[in-house]
Amino acid sequence: MLRARIVLGLYILFLLLPIYWLVNMSLKTNAEIVSGLTLWPHKLTFENYTRIFTDSSWYSGYLNSLQYVALNTVLSIALALPAAYAFSRFRFVGDKHLFFWLLSNRMAPPAVFALPFFNLYSAIGLFDTPLAVALAHCLFNVPLAVWILEGFMSGVPREIDETAYLDGYSFPHFFVKIFTPLVASGIGVTAFFCFMFSWVELLLARTLTSVDAKPIAATMTRTVSAAGMDWGLLAAAGVLTIVPGALVIWFVRNYIAKGFALGRV
Amino acid sequence: MDKPVNQGAWLLVLPVVLIVAFSAIVPLMTVVNYSVQDTFGNNQFFWNGIGWYQELLDPTTELGGRFFDALWRNLLFSALILSIEVPLGIAVALSMPREGWRVAATLVILALPLLIPWNVVGTIWQIFAREDIGLLGWVVNRLGIPYNYTADPLSAWVTIVVMDVWHWTSLVALLCYAGLRSIPDAFYQAARIDGASRWAIFRNIQLPKMHRVLLIAVLLRFMDSFMIYTEPFVVTGGGPGNSTTFVSIDLVKLALGQFDLGKAAALSIVYNLVILAVCWVFYTVMTRMDAGRS
Repeated sequence: MLRARIVLGLYILFLLLPIYWLVNMSLKTNAEIVSGLTLWPHKLTFENYTRIFTDSSWYSGYLNSLQYVALNTVLSIALALPAAYAFSRFRFVGDKHLFFWLLSNRMAPPAVFALPFFNLYSAIGLFDTPLAVALAHCLFNVPLAVWILEGFMSGVPREIDETAYLDGYSFPHFFVKIFTPLVASGIGVTAFFCFMFSWVELLLARTLTSVDAKPIAATMTRTVSAAGMDWGLLAAAGVLTIVPGALVIWFVRNYIAKGFALGRV
Repeated sequence: MDKPVNQGAWLLVLPVVLIVAFSAIVPLMTVVNYSVQDTFGNNQFFWNGIGWYQELLDPTTELGGRFFDALWRNLLFSALILSIEVPLGIAVALSMPREGWRVAATLVILALPLLIPWNVVGTIWQIFAREDIGLLGWVVNRLGIPYNYTADPLSAWVTIVVMDVWHWTSLVALLCYAGLRSIPDAFYQAARIDGASRWAIFRNIQLPKMHRVLLIAVLLRFMDSFMIYTEPFVVTGGGPGNSTTFVSIDLVKLALGQFDLGKAAALSIVYNLVILAVCWVFYTVMTRMDAGRS
C-alpha cells in the first residue's frame, strides 16, 4: 500500500509541477521573471490577468473558442445519435465497412487536412467563422461520438424498443421520449470527449480563422513583441485556457471512469 | 446475439455519412488532385502523373530522403513514448485508491493534462524547460548536466519525450483503471485464500482484464504520437536543425510554408495510407478478439 502511495504521489507531483510553474509565473511581474528564478512570486501581481480581461482582442479569443466548441459538441451528438442507434440495433449492407471508414477519420492526421480545408471553406464562404471550425472538427468528433454512443446504446436491452412499438409509439416519439433519456449518461460522456478534442485542437482551428473567429490558443502567439517575450501575460493566458477544462472534468468526474471503461475514446 | 437485418437503417446513418464525406472525401479529392500535378504559382497546373510519388518513395532524392528521415524519427518517437507510457500508466492505475474522496480527486488531477490545449502544453514545457526561467532546465543545469533544448538535439528529444509522457500517460492510466474496476472483489478474495503473490494476482487476474483497454491505449497512443504536430512545434519548431521534425511538421512546412502543393499532397496520401494500414490491422485484431469472446 505504501509503495502504491509513493508511485501515485510522485506521479501527481510530476503532473502538477509544470502547471504550478505556469501559475507561479502568471502572478509575477516581467521584471521578476527575467531577473532570476523565484519559487513563488515575491511581488504578487494580478496585472497580467487584468490586461486579458479588459482587452477585447484577448477575451474575444475565449468567446470564439467556446463558441465553436459548443457548436461542434451539439452538432456531433445530434448527428451521431440516430447513426449510433442504427449501428447498435440493426445489420445492413456495408455496416462493418462503414463503421471502419468512420473510425479511420478519427485517425487521419489534421496536418493532411489543413490546406484542403482552407480551400474548401474559403470556397463556400465560411472561412473565419466559428461554424467552419465546428464543421472541420466534426471530421474526428462525429466518428468518436458514434463510437462511444454505440457502446452505451448496446447496453440498453432491445426488449425496451419492442415494448414501446407494441404500446403504439412511433419511432421518432420513442427515440426522443424513451430511448434518449435512457442513454443520458452516455450522451454526457460523449459531450465530454467532444468538448475535450475540440478544445485542445489548434492546427485546424488556426488555419481556418484569421481575425473574427480566432481561437484563444492562437491569440497567445501575440505575446512576442518588439520588446521581447511578455512571459507573464503568456503564462496568465495559458492558465486561463486550463480553467474551462478543469471545470468540465470536475462536473463529469463520476462519469469519466465509466466512459473510459467502454474503452472508447 | 443476432441483430435483425434492416436496410432502412441507412436512413439513420445518412446524416453522419454526409457530414463526414463532406469533411473527409471532398478535401481528400483535392489532395489527390494536387498530388498528380505540378505548379509554378499563378494557379497554373501541369500534369505530373506519379512523379511526386516516385520521388517521395525514393530515399536518394531530396524529397524522399527528407520523408524517410521524418518517418524514422516519428517511429522512434512513437516507440519511445509507448515503451514509457504503457508500463508507467499500468503502474499508476494499480496505485489508484479504491474508494473514498481520494478517487475523485485523483481522477480530476490525472485528467487535467488531457484537457489543456495542445499549444498550451507546448508553452508550459517551453517555459518549464528553459535554463534561465524554467524550473526544470535550471535545476538540471545546476546539477552540472548541460541541457539546452534549443541548441542540443538530445536535450530537445528528452524534452519532447518527457512532455508527451506528462501529457498522455494519464490516458493510459485512466483506461487501465477503468479496466481494473470491472474486476469483482470476489476474484481478489479468492486469490488471497489461495495465497497468491502480488505478481500472480497481476499476471493472472489484473492483466487479462486490462487486455482490451491496453490494446486500445496502445492504438490511440500510436496514432496520436504518429501524427503529433502542435506540441513539438511550439517547443522546438522542429529543430535544432531538423532533429525533431516529425512527418506532420514536415508536411505543414511543405504545404503552408513553401506552398509546394504537389509534393505536400503526395506526402499526405502516403502518410494517410501508412496510418490507415496500421489502424486496419488493429481494428481487425480487436474485432476478432471480440468475436472470439462472445
